[in-house]
Amino acid sequence: MTCRDLADFLMAYLDDELPADQRASFSAHLDECPPCLAYLKTYEETVKLGKSVCSDPQGPVPDDVPERLIQAILSAREQN
Amino acid sequence: MLAVARRFLRAEEDARDAVQDAFLSAFRAIDRFEGDARLSTWLHRIVVNAALMKLRSRQRKPEISIEELLPKYLEDGHHADPPSLWQRSAESLLEQHELRHAVRDQIDRLPDNYRTVLLLRDIEEFTTDETAQILDVTENAVKIRLHRARQALRELIGALPEIQR
Repeated sequence: MTCRDLADFLMAYLDDELPADQRASFSAHLDECPPCLAYLKTYEETVKLGKSVCSDPQGPVPDDVPERLIQAILSAREQN
Repeated sequence: MLAVARRFLRAEEDARDAVQDAFLSAFRAIDRFEGDARLSTWLHRIVVNAALMKLRSRQRKPEISIEELLPKYLEDGHHADPPSLWQRSAESLLEQHELRHAVRDQIDRLPDNYRTVLLLRDIEEFTTDETAQILDVTENAVKIRLHRARQALRELIGALPEIQR
């Protein structure tokens, strides 16, 4: 396995979608290639950073708010 | 809902328009709402669709090429520019308000085709299948675009001066 192969299949590796033999050669490459290990770790950090900076500071919309919203839509519709 | 629209649309006016469009769509489609789905999930999907429609209607600005942001390799498959670890962890970087903005700005620099998939999968947390349906592409295309978007974003974030300090 080359560094290019590793980068190509990185997401499948992290999602645990690789067959056992490919996963083993992936892990073996990581054990002996510090640049690829650094690539994997910074890739994971990137996903973490992206998720965090885009998260809504007020948190997710609570389920009861849309419920009230739909009720408001329905009652507005009945009035029309 | 506005927060969701803002993630896809750079202009505040567009985000507000998308939410208004989403409310209209919800009003028109309320009869088709299936009781077994959660209302919040249903509305989330509607506002995402409205934001994507608005995004498609906007004239595209010149985009950075995704190829420029992907890792480069030598003929033997080794890294042309071997990556190294960042000096600081994601947790410590997130404590800096300016850096959160800088990361958001880098996401906005991604080409729309890739940024959209990144937002749908990593941020809005749609599945690969759902994302493929929303964008009318194959699941394989979603996987390829997501991986490239993350690789490109890694490159952009790694180039920020704060990362190597």
